[in-house]
Amino acid sequence: MSRKRLRLYLVLATLVVLGIAATLILRALNEELVFFRSPTEVTTNRPDAGSLFRLGGLVETGTVEKQGEQVSFSVTDLSSAVTVTYRGLLPDLFREGQGVIVEGAFDDSGQFVAREVLAKHDETYMPPEVAKALKESGRWQETEGKTQPAVTQ
Amino acid sequence: MIPELGHYALVLALVMALAQASLPMVGAARGIRPWMQLAKPAALAQFAFVAFAFLALMQAFASSDFSVAIVTQHSHSEQPLIYKLSGTWGNHEGSLLLWVLILTIFGALVALFGENLPPRLKARTLAIQAMISVGFLLFMLLTSNPFTRLNPAPVEGDELNPLLQDPGLAMHPPMLYLGYVGFSIVFSFAVAALIDGKVDAAWARWVRPWCLLSWSCLTGGVALGSWWAYNELGWGGWWFWDPVENASFMPWLIGTALLHSALVVEKRDALKSWTILLSILTFGFSLLGTFLVRSGIITSVHAFADDPTRGVFILALLAIAIGAPLSLYALRAPTLRGGGLFAPLSREGALVMNNLLLATMTATVLLGTLYPLLLDLTTGKTISVGAPFYLATFGVLALPLLLLMAVGPFMGWKRGDVRGALQRLVAAGICALGAAIIAVWIRSDGPLLAPFGLAAGVWLLVGTLIEFMERIRLFEGNPARIWNRARHMPRAAYGMSLAHFGLAVAVIGMTGAAAWKTENIKVLQPGQSLTLQGYEFRLESVGGIRGENYLADQAHFVVSRDGNAIANLYPERRQYLVQPMPTTEAAIRSTPLADLYAVIGEPDGKGGWIVRVYHEPLVSWIWFGALIMVAGGLTSLSDRRYRVGAPVRAGAAQAAKA
Repeated sequence: MSRKRLRLYLVLATLVVLGIAATLILRALNEELVFFRSPTEVTTNRPDAGSLFRLGGLVETGTVEKQGEQVSFSVTDLSSAVTVTYRGLLPDLFREGQGVIVEGAFDDSGQFVAREVLAKHDETYMPPEVAKALKESGRWQETEGKTQPAVTQ
Repeated sequence: MIPELGHYALVLALVMALAQASLPMVGAARGIRPWMQLAKPAALAQFAFVAFAFLALMQAFASSDFSVAIVTQHSHSEQPLIYKLSGTWGNHEGSLLLWVLILTIFGALVALFGENLPPRLKARTLAIQAMISVGFLLFMLLTSNPFTRLNPAPVEGDELNPLLQDPGLAMHPPMLYLGYVGFSIVFSFAVAALIDGKVDAAWARWVRPWCLLSWSCLTGGVALGSWWAYNELGWGGWWFWDPVENASFMPWLIGTALLHSALVVEKRDALKSWTILLSILTFGFSLLGTFLVRSGIITSVHAFADDPTRGVFILALLAIAIGAPLSLYALRAPTLRGGGLFAPLSREGALVMNNLLLATMTATVLLGTLYPLLLDLTTGKTISVGAPFYLATFGVLALPLLLLMAVGPFMGWKRGDVRGALQRLVAAGICALGAAIIAVWIRSDGPLLAPFGLAAGVWLLVGTLIEFMERIRLFEGNPARIWNRARHMPRAAYGMSLAHFGLAVAVIGMTGAAAWKTENIKVLQPGQSLTLQGYEFRLESVGGIRGENYLADQAHFVVSRDGNAIANLYPERRQYLVQPMPTTEAAIRSTPLADLYAVIGEPDGKGGWIVRVYHEPLVSWIWFGALIMVAGGLTSLSDRRYRVGAPVRAGAAQAAKA
């Protein structure tokens, strides 16, 4: 086995693995990404039923209704709102008037059904997406963004 | 007074680090021995100062000294002592101090135990290690001083975030940091070798114990983090492919590659420059992880409110710490010509494939982690990359790696006998096929992941066992001779078998937990029940209890199967007294076959409680497997050959081998 030959094999193996990886990644980037949408985007350009996305905004005050294990609430960016239904336990820090991100899709009847309601680690944390949605709707106040430092890990 | 002393000690540590970073380096270049020898006392003193600062901060937490700002922000006088103590690193400033403490621990260890290292290499290694310290100490003193005082001091603190009041906080960060930061010393060794211009088998042997130690701690740290996230509702379960989780996983992947490529340097004097590159990258990924976690630049379920300006500082540190060595690498790598040649089908060839796959897998995780950020910057679209992406990329690449893992150990160095290896693995193949069939039989409509994952896990499990049995020749000779062979087998070989076996166990666990998890949710009145997978969960009662610093509603479930009660579960819903924040404490009954996991939510106002239960098959295998892997790493570490300081360069090492 000469050095040249060995190098050739190494290059070939690298190309094969990288090629496979690139193919997998490109396919996955086309199919497996979940987009984030604000309530305004969702209202103006409604996603198809069954297509999964993340919705972020504030939990509108006074809209949380519980019926057994079913809960519904409105997610708003203060210019539009989307009603969300969820079957399950809400995260500990789920509050009216606070930021929230839900992942789910519209069902055939046009109802947004959340598959997951994402939790936060502390009270003052505002997910960047929610902050962005609020900024886009022009309702962001910088004071809301000011937060005290607190970190895990 | 003590906090001021702590602050002062940090400044002294910085001075020490500056001395340690400069004088030994110059000494090594000019051949001034006393300057080189300065590295040892400087490293020890630096460690002593940082340790003092750390203890001072811990003391402030333990005694609830609310004149210290971060104690006020993250502690409370009525908090249990363990959370007062672990609160020391449950915040930005304190966790940085822990980071630097571990950095100096590794420096001090090399200073103490590296007696047999060539003086030049040792001086340079310690100097590089000190440079990293300088960066982080400056970061701490300039932007995040842990000892900032409040005047007037408040009477009471704000309490540690209730979600962090968990045994997980006491164990996970120190363990993870030991691994993360431990790779810094490998990095320092690599950069020192680049300056030296010499990488050989002896270098690989000097680096190996540090590599093994860091890898074992990182494995433990990642596993503990996963276990904590599993226990905490709303963190997405045992693995969420969350950026913060990925941040700890990427150094693990690339560090695992490093562990294997360093073997080739040690045994065959090949893959030298690649190994150096991996050493630099592993610590680079640790720094990247620190940056991702500290800056809050990417949305994470584990994210806390944070100060983005600090991220810029870490980014600058990252750029310097990675940029400079990589430039040096580009300059010096061509001179690191490998010695040993090998056939593509050989142990070396298998390890190259291992490295290729691990590096590619790391790249897919990196891409998935950073892609949302890139897309946001370039197009303004916000996306999230979740488990499906990783399964379709990382998961698919993991399969060939697991297949190869069973074959590799059968291959000889230089030229391996693939056919012979495969013949000896027939039994493993049959078992794997059986496992795949069982997987489909258990749930025919389950995801494709189940049969493939289970088969790969079983293949590796049985393959590793066969390899071990052949090595001690279990079926040859009388028991005394077999025992003798087993006893004389190098610890490193045991280490490998254990680590591979552990990974197989973990893979089986991950597959089961990911593919077959089921859940049920219902509103229950006391006395009512719900069923899941043949288990009946009956809500007996819900009562109020008082913990040290919280009130809680505690539910009592009786779990029964076929009418026989098998377990009592007591999930809680806690309300902490200081921070008005409810937390959910899951109750888990763990058995080897499956975990039963129960949580209780809010009352519905009509006497009922919302209840959620999960059935998680094989999930405990994940952490059991990780534990075996850690044991494997530590067993390898105890190998005589790697006793720190034992190896000697070239001639003597050859003699020892013969």
